[in-house]
Amino acid sequence: MIALLIRDLRLAVRAGGGFGMGLSFYLLIAVLVPLGVGPDPAVLARIAPGILWVGALLSCLLSLDRLFALDFEDGSLDLLATAPIPLEGVVLVKAVAHWIVTGVPLVLAAPLLGVLLNLGAQGYVWLVVSLALGTPALSMIGAFGAALTVGVRRGGLLLGLLVLPMYLPTLIFGAEVVKRAAAGLAVATPLALLSGITAAALALLPFAAAAALRINLR
Amino acid sequence: MSIWEYANPKRFMQTSGAVLPWVAGLAAIALGTGLIWGFFFTPDADRFGSTVKIIYLHVPAATMATSAWMMMLVASLIWLVRRHHVSALAAKAAAPVGLTFTIIGLVTGAIWGQPMWGTWWAWDPRLTAFLILTLFYLGYIALWRAIEDPDTAADLTSVLCIVGSVFAFLSRYAVLFWNQGLHQGASLSLDKKENVSDVYWQPLVICIAGFVLLFVALVLIRTRTEIRGRRLAVLLARERVA
Repeated sequence: MIALLIRDLRLAVRAGGGFGMGLSFYLLIAVLVPLGVGPDPAVLARIAPGILWVGALLSCLLSLDRLFALDFEDGSLDLLATAPIPLEGVVLVKAVAHWIVTGVPLVLAAPLLGVLLNLGAQGYVWLVVSLALGTPALSMIGAFGAALTVGVRRGGLLLGLLVLPMYLPTLIFGAEVVKRAAAGLAVATPLALLSGITAAALALLPFAAAAALRINLR
Repeated sequence: MSIWEYANPKRFMQTSGAVLPWVAGLAAIALGTGLIWGFFFTPDADRFGSTVKIIYLHVPAATMATSAWMMMLVASLIWLVRRHHVSALAAKAAAPVGLTFTIIGLVTGAIWGQPMWGTWWAWDPRLTAFLILTLFYLGYIALWRAIEDPDTAADLTSVLCIVGSVFAFLSRYAVLFWNQGLHQGASLSLDKKENVSDVYWQPLVICIAGFVLLFVALVLIRTRTEIRGRRLAVLLARERVA
């Protein structure tokens, strides 16, 4: 499994685009929103938590369709399915690799974009914490969506339609954490719920995604 | 009589063909009486005026919108566990009907909300949850459309339906956390003596029965169409080979 993780990371880095795309997209959103709503610092501070989370969601979505598609096309997914490690494990590893390539950079970049959006001073720590806890769920749910649509030609749009509604609970709790932190309120409840969703997604969705992959490989 | 008998499409076509006129007829009668009674022979409510009468469309449609998804979930499970082909087709057939009921619920709610709440739309938990349900219906239907092989499509949509149910349920409670609502509490529950005043209650029950029957009739029709579509595809394929 570790070998697979290293392979996936290496592919992502060497093929290029993996790191950069999602991150640039995130930056673009943080630039476009103030241009759209106007530069008033008070307004920006109010919407910053939501924008930062929605931006993370969309940037995460951007690279999902390649999660299984390349391996599906060149046949390595068939080999992985017959390999001695369970397919559930393969799915989990691929989701983790996706998280390291897209989720982690987003988490690290978020505070910088917070400055652009005039996020309240107490919000930064919890912005990083909530994204760090929430983005693994985004990658895992996305892996499930990618497994469903891997056999569909041009599945990108469909993938978005399937995955985004499932991102809603994560988005709600994640943005709530940041919003409360920026306003100086207690964050324990939404943070616990957010972590619960991530833990449940990581525990259960590999089975659903592996089932979907098996159906597609039939 | 068991549902497994009707895994045979021929048996299903026979029985559903015999039952369908009755169900459809009863649906028409129940909806006709319920709606006419409700619209023309009940008094206007104190604070709501005549707008109260939209309840006869809004409540049954909303009830059936969630029930349709539950029915799809059960049908998907039956298909996944026992490869019951008609069950998979019934789930497929129910999705657009459920989506339509969801939209009826949202639209009638908006029409009622405009004079009563002074707004067409509010980000109230119930409204939001219904909007999210619409998205899940759309995704489900889109996945059926996107996959060509019928068995693969049935399998994948079933998996989506199961996982989607969990997330739809989660979203329902997440939005409760996110915003407090304008929408009144449940207007129908069995453990209360009188939910809404009896004058409105009786035609409402008839309307709900009518919507249930309508749903069954529509799903039967659509499932029969799906089966005929499959038969046609087989005939065409045979012709091509010959």
